[in-house]
Amino acid sequence: MFKYLKQLTSLVAMVAMLFTFTTETMAAKKSKTLKNTQKKGFVRCGVSQGLPGFSNADAAGNWTGIDVDVCRAVAAAVLGDANKVKFTPLSAKERFTALTSGEIDILSRNTTWTLSRDADIGLTFVGVNFYDGQGFMVRKSSGITSTSQFKDGISACTNIGTTTELNMRDFFNSKGISYEPVAFEKADEVVAAYDAGRCDTYTTDKSGLAAQRTKMTNPDEHIVLPETVSKEPLGPVVRQGDSVWEDIVRWSLNAMIEAEEYGITSANADSMKTSDNPAVKRLVGAEGELGAAFGLDNEWSLRIIKQVGNYGESYKRNIADTGILPDRGPNELWTKGGILYVPPAR
Amino acid sequence: MDLKLQKIIPQLITVLVVVLVFGFFTYNAQINMENRGIDFGYGFLSQESSFDVQFSLIEYDGSHSYFRAYLVGLLNTILVSVIGIIFATILGVIVGVARLSPNYLINQFAAFYVEFFRNIPLLLQIFFWYFAALRALPLPQDADAMLGVFFLTIKGLYVPAFIWENLNVFLNSLIAAIVAIVVIRIYARKVQETQGKQLPVFLISVGLIFILPLLSFLIGGVSLSFEIPKLKQLATTSFIYEGGVSLPPELIALTLSLALYTATFIAECVRAGIQGVGKGQKEAAASIGLNPNQVLKLVVMPQALRIIIPPTTNQYLNLTKNSSLAAAIAYPDLVLVFAGTALMQTGKAIEIVSITMLTYLTLSISISILMNWYNKKIAIKEK
Repeated sequence: MFKYLKQLTSLVAMVAMLFTFTTETMAAKKSKTLKNTQKKGFVRCGVSQGLPGFSNADAAGNWTGIDVDVCRAVAAAVLGDANKVKFTPLSAKERFTALTSGEIDILSRNTTWTLSRDADIGLTFVGVNFYDGQGFMVRKSSGITSTSQFKDGISACTNIGTTTELNMRDFFNSKGISYEPVAFEKADEVVAAYDAGRCDTYTTDKSGLAAQRTKMTNPDEHIVLPETVSKEPLGPVVRQGDSVWEDIVRWSLNAMIEAEEYGITSANADSMKTSDNPAVKRLVGAEGELGAAFGLDNEWSLRIIKQVGNYGESYKRNIADTGILPDRGPNELWTKGGILYVPPAR
Repeated sequence: MDLKLQKIIPQLITVLVVVLVFGFFTYNAQINMENRGIDFGYGFLSQESSFDVQFSLIEYDGSHSYFRAYLVGLLNTILVSVIGIIFATILGVIVGVARLSPNYLINQFAAFYVEFFRNIPLLLQIFFWYFAALRALPLPQDADAMLGVFFLTIKGLYVPAFIWENLNVFLNSLIAAIVAIVVIRIYARKVQETQGKQLPVFLISVGLIFILPLLSFLIGGVSLSFEIPKLKQLATTSFIYEGGVSLPPELIALTLSLALYTATFIAECVRAGIQGVGKGQKEAAASIGLNPNQVLKLVVMPQALRIIIPPTTNQYLNLTKNSSLAAAIAYPDLVLVFAGTALMQTGKAIEIVSITMLTYLTLSISISILMNWYNKKIAIKEK
């Protein structure tokens, strides 16, 4: 009896497998990552080990930040639930290996898009969710108000494995200043060492400086110098070789930015279905067949907007309201004087 | 079946399995890397590294190659290991002997030290010494000079630099002194073996090692002057010392924590070694008229060393490998510079990790070979 039961179950399982295979879309067949994600039921997302505003976990283990929101948007689009994300905190040093080895499927960890990273190491950058630049923080009491006041022998604390280390060298070399680089593996140690007085200046992306300043003993004793010494376009990264997955992540981010442009928010998304503007209707899934190309349904972008919000909402919630960078600067829409400009979703 | 064949077959199978497993992993790695568009190769080693390192024993900056950066990291690892081993050994021997002291206060203090330091994770100790030191040390402008010339500050320990003239004459005189001491020792041993007379070898040695270099100053034209670090202002509240040699606080904290931690294990090896020598040996030695110093030097220590050396070798290896925790506190060792920054900038994970592993393996095996040689040298020689 049991023998037959066993055979019966395996038969049922085989039929079930056959059924799922036949209902699978072409895109899902082409994208191994999408298939695996749907099978697992969660998006595997690599984030930082704690950078307020970008990716930071609270005491209960809930992740928030604009980098986190990119992964949540993908989860909303692919799985229908923005909470179905498994976050893996990674150091700057570990991040690319984690992605290329397949431990995570999206790296959304304030990562700078550069030629060598994009071309060399099996990665594909899908877009920019924050335009940043490297800056310097000093103690107010030092009297330094500009990088032109830096002198030979200055010590600079920073992280290893970042573009910061390279930019720092370019900057000090071009000014002809000799400096002492003190490079730590984790951001928390950089902050602690700088805070204790080990270094005269702390250098990283300006958004990072603003966020880390909140962790200092006395945030008011430190200032970020006005100069920006590099371009740091930060954005999500995927593995090379899965173009469908790449497109899903790229357009999940783009949908958030375009939603802001058209004034679609998490609150009014449903009512926008009856809008007169076809571009708006496409974005909330009331017109066109945009999802089919990725093997998703038509409401993928509607779910992103409803569950995560548009880019402006995400920025306000994570970065402006937390006091990190109230001014959006270049991260404002192109229609409002910023440089956020995404290709049309059509 | 042939007995010879019976012996060979299991070994052949073992070798085959090892080769297959290794081959499987290599093949898999190749396929996976190809799929992800990562190419494999060591060509990057000659490329410009374009990052700077805080502390280097050889001339280096970002315009040098990745290979040079590797050497910088390797030398820094060796430096911290060698200093750590020396301090751990000295401290370990002292504490190990102190644990056997009849003085209650001394042996209890030694026991407390051992139990305290060996039971706290090393990484925590490194963080403690580093951040505690950073909090406790003065800023450069507030530092008081020690002995007038040393400055211990939050930015490091600044010591005077030696400026030598005719350094080679001095070094030659030092070598001459060492050669002379070796010759005298051999001669003294011969005298003792043939005539039973003992020469004051120790006093002569100390005399030679001082007098010959001193002569090089007086008549060899050697001169030594010091460059004392001077305070320099960078901004209103930011100062450094210029001139002299500066030792970064990262190096000091790392050496300190490695030495304090490893010394506890060495102390236990030393205690075990001394206690492992039978009481009868000491009594027999005393009964043939050796004084307590001679008993320790000629009877107890040679036997104790045979017990002490093998486990102490393990501790030396541990210390060397533990030095890779340096990355946590920004000491630019092999792991931080090469397996850290260089790996990140090139993305050559497999290549760099394999080189790093091979390097640690080579370092550890070198220490093992050296210690095994020493162990053999002091082993009982059967005649």
